[in-house]
Amino acid sequence: MKKELTCIGCPMGCQITAELADEKIISITGESCAIGKKYAEEELTRPTRMVTSLMEATGSKMPLSVKTSKAIDKSKIADCLKAIRESKAELPVHIGDVMIKNVCGTGADIIATKELY
Amino acid sequence: MRKVQIAVVGGGPAGLAAAVSACEAGCRDILILEREDCLGGILKQCIHNGFGLHTFKEELTGPEYAQRYIDKAIEYGIESRCGTMVIDVTKDRKITCVSRSAGLEEIEADAIILAMGCRERPRGSLAIPGWRCSGIYTAGTAQRFVNMEGIMPGKKVMILGSGDIGLIMARRMTFMGAKVEACVELMPFSAGLKRNIVQCLDDYGIPLLLSHTIIDIAGRDRIEGVTVAEVDEKLKPIPGTEKYYECDTLLLSVGLIPENELSQMAGVEIAPATNGAVVDEALRTSVDGIFSCGNALHVHDLVDFVSQEAEAAGKNAWLHVKGELPEAAERIRIREGNGVMGVVPQYVTSGARGSVTLMFRPRGVYKNASVTVSAGEEKLLTRRHRILAPGEMVSMKLDAALLEGRPGLSEITVSVEV
Amino acid sequence: MIYDVLITGGGVVGCAVARELSRFDLNIILLEKSSDICAGQSRANTAIIHGGYDAKPGTLKAKYNVAGNAMFDDICEELEVRYRRNSSLVVSFDEADDGRLTELLERGRKNGVQKLSIIGAEEIRRREPHISPKATKALLVGTGGIVCPYGLTIAYAENAARNGVRFVRNMEVSSIEKSGGLWRVSCGEKSFSARAVINCAGIHSDEINNMVSEDKFHISPRSGEYYIVDKKYAGYFNAAIFQLPTKMGKGILVAPTVDGTLLIGPTAEDIDEKEDSRTTRAGLDKILREASMTWEEIPTRSFITTFSGIRAHSDRDDFILGEAPDAELFFNAGGVESPGLTSAPAIARYLAELTAERLKAAPNEKFIPTRRAIPVFREMSADERARAIAANPDYSKVVCRCETVTEAEIRQAIRRPVGARTMDGIKLRVRAGMGRCQAGFCTPRTIEILCEELGLDPLEATKAGRGSKLLSHYLFERGSAEDA
Repeated sequence: MKKELTCIGCPMGCQITAELADEKIISITGESCAIGKKYAEEELTRPTRMVTSLMEATGSKMPLSVKTSKAIDKSKIADCLKAIRESKAELPVHIGDVMIKNVCGTGADIIATKELY
Repeated sequence: MRKVQIAVVGGGPAGLAAAVSACEAGCRDILILEREDCLGGILKQCIHNGFGLHTFKEELTGPEYAQRYIDKAIEYGIESRCGTMVIDVTKDRKITCVSRSAGLEEIEADAIILAMGCRERPRGSLAIPGWRCSGIYTAGTAQRFVNMEGIMPGKKVMILGSGDIGLIMARRMTFMGAKVEACVELMPFSAGLKRNIVQCLDDYGIPLLLSHTIIDIAGRDRIEGVTVAEVDEKLKPIPGTEKYYECDTLLLSVGLIPENELSQMAGVEIAPATNGAVVDEALRTSVDGIFSCGNALHVHDLVDFVSQEAEAAGKNAWLHVKGELPEAAERIRIREGNGVMGVVPQYVTSGARGSVTLMFRPRGVYKNASVTVSAGEEKLLTRRHRILAPGEMVSMKLDAALLEGRPGLSEITVSVEV
Repeated sequence: MIYDVLITGGGVVGCAVARELSRFDLNIILLEKSSDICAGQSRANTAIIHGGYDAKPGTLKAKYNVAGNAMFDDICEELEVRYRRNSSLVVSFDEADDGRLTELLERGRKNGVQKLSIIGAEEIRRREPHISPKATKALLVGTGGIVCPYGLTIAYAENAARNGVRFVRNMEVSSIEKSGGLWRVSCGEKSFSARAVINCAGIHSDEINNMVSEDKFHISPRSGEYYIVDKKYAGYFNAAIFQLPTKMGKGILVAPTVDGTLLIGPTAEDIDEKEDSRTTRAGLDKILREASMTWEEIPTRSFITTFSGIRAHSDRDDFILGEAPDAELFFNAGGVESPGLTSAPAIARYLAELTAERLKAAPNEKFIPTRRAIPVFREMSADERARAIAANPDYSKVVCRCETVTEAEIRQAIRRPVGARTMDGIKLRVRAGMGRCQAGFCTPRTIEILCEELGLDPLEATKAGRGSKLLSHYLFERGSAEDA
């Protein structure tokens, strides 16, 4: 199976083509440096993303901004957003406060990124 | 009239970094004037990650990045006045400001650092034909509504312009349950970072329509849709390529403009290429004792560079207060050569020491190009780049020693060679 | 409740008529179909006080233009409206056309226009250093001026309201009938009874007239598109610069506004639909093409907005003023297009006096002729600012940065009689959001203030009434989460 992706390493944005079989990479072409190769390998085997979102805060008109403590599997983004949406923060909240532990079993916590009181 | 050594206009990332660095350099009489009710500027609403990799070697969100500086300012005991709008700055460094707490007030400063930031280019300046309906927002205004106030401007979104705020908002609106139909970009390339195109558009299947523009806006009360057309090399819409997209919201991410109304009141010379102050390597403007930095000086791509520049402005402002900043008697003009847009600083002082950071934006996308700094025929400095793009600022350090021993040198030129 | 007079339409003519009628002891109501007064051509026009050289001698346009022009100083002083007698220039760019300037001059003199003269290239350049060097001769119209058209309309309305006129907005007339000696004006479910009706319905004045009179006329809407140039070009042109009309067309005007911006336009296109206030690519391009004859290097990066206004062009090619021949106590101000703004004070006085006479009305002994404008922070001296803030701390909160509009001004715009109910209403009254960032920064705060003053939820706030809601839903309330 062939997969196309755009490298995000630099503004070149190389169009990388990878050949996969049984989720294993057979070949990577189109990259022009080692950054591209590494990116493609990670992106194809286990793509991850940091997720930032907004959580309802009881008693505050302002929402609370939050982030994952580390990048999570891309496939878990939707679940993670849902978990954040279904949670409520109690004031006061400080930057770094853990709002949800081990969100959706990703191993990442949901952490407050703003002071809200 | 109250007197301070350094007054900083604006408590966003630039103003905060300038104040903190001036304090670290030794100044104990600094006043930050901030028009909003809390410090942090635009970072407060930039809740996405990607800030601080250069400065803090870790990836922070906007509010976290701002808080680092706010905490430092508090730790240092730097006075800041929020809810205070500066309405006038004079050549002799008198500031007039208004606030609920102090009414109308005049402040005299030995040095002023102008760090007002920038604003977004609105629809009007683009002259997009059609109805003048509601539901059309700049991406930053929408960002404020969503991230700060928890209110969604709409459910079905089109985005015009592929600047980073537009891309970030495409993802944010998607996260918050809206459907983003497409992102329309006039140029054949995006003004945004590649990372944002992949992670904000591609990840969610949002099409990026390069070389397209919006030629009509429908909806007499609230926006109902837009007509998109492809453009030719001259950026003119190609008849027959029109396509209608239904939407209830149009977000604009079509450029940022430094805010310099106050600079102009003070008589500060403005560079047409950047829309910011004309400065030298010490970030001195054309008015003695007035400095400028951050997005008010020129629109940056990364906040880390804003902080770096502002730190230099803060240090130099303190040197000025102490009378230790060498006078800018003779200056060498830095000219924009081929492919170079809005170089900052515009001047370097003869006899300057250390390294001078030159920043500019490439006019287009160049592959395997070199950037050179030359004095007449002679090349002083050459840097190879695999890629240059308008979305990413080029920053290069020029050793001032290279300019020494050249009597009569009046200008150097920065240019892109392919 | 039986009103003495019912006015249809809250444009400059309707509001001026209301104010002039309030000099009499009459019970007056004004109905406006839009969410605010000044929503049609009074809002979007060239903002010029015309000299009166243009209209054909003997027409009502000529008569009321010259009469209205002469009234502006007194009216604008009384009502504190921003205006300036900055003169107009009608410029010829081709020697072959110069002779036609003399024709205009003669026509102007026939119409009774004062202070007309023809000036040569050197004098043109002395007055207007930025005009194209191709300018050869010009008709100088000393009585020409500029005015804030919405400022004038709103001032008339506020003063009328203060003198007892009732204003009802969002009230569109659906039918008018005579019943029991009174006019019965229906607006859907609602209806109003009045002894006299004055039709000031602008582009809809034909529909109103044709509901009651067999002396029908027809309005064809004609759109005019414009550009606004950033105030950093304030002072680039001193007078309103008209191009001498040629075979090619009426020409495009470049004129300063009282707010320091420049106005370029208009086009003149007949359109099919009366409310079609769209701008078009063709129109906007035409403006640039033709205006470059006057201003060779138009700074296209410095436009702050574009807009389109609809003119009420009647098939009689003149104003239609007075009592309808077959409908007693039904008065028309129909087909009022350019120079309608200039003529409005005179039209209003004429119609008010005529109506009052026909109703045998006594003078209103309590009439207050003056109206105070909302004090404008941006125009105050330092001392005045300090005093304003001391008296009202809301003056210390600048909401619109581009135009330096304070919270105090915005709140007053809402609280005043016939006050703002929408974002556009605030904009027209105090310029919040009208500057170079076009409300990017101030929209969230302005919505908040509007909602505080009117007890609205932000989701109910509109740009200009009807369906022009600004915001869709809350992140954390019904609807939002489930949609995703």
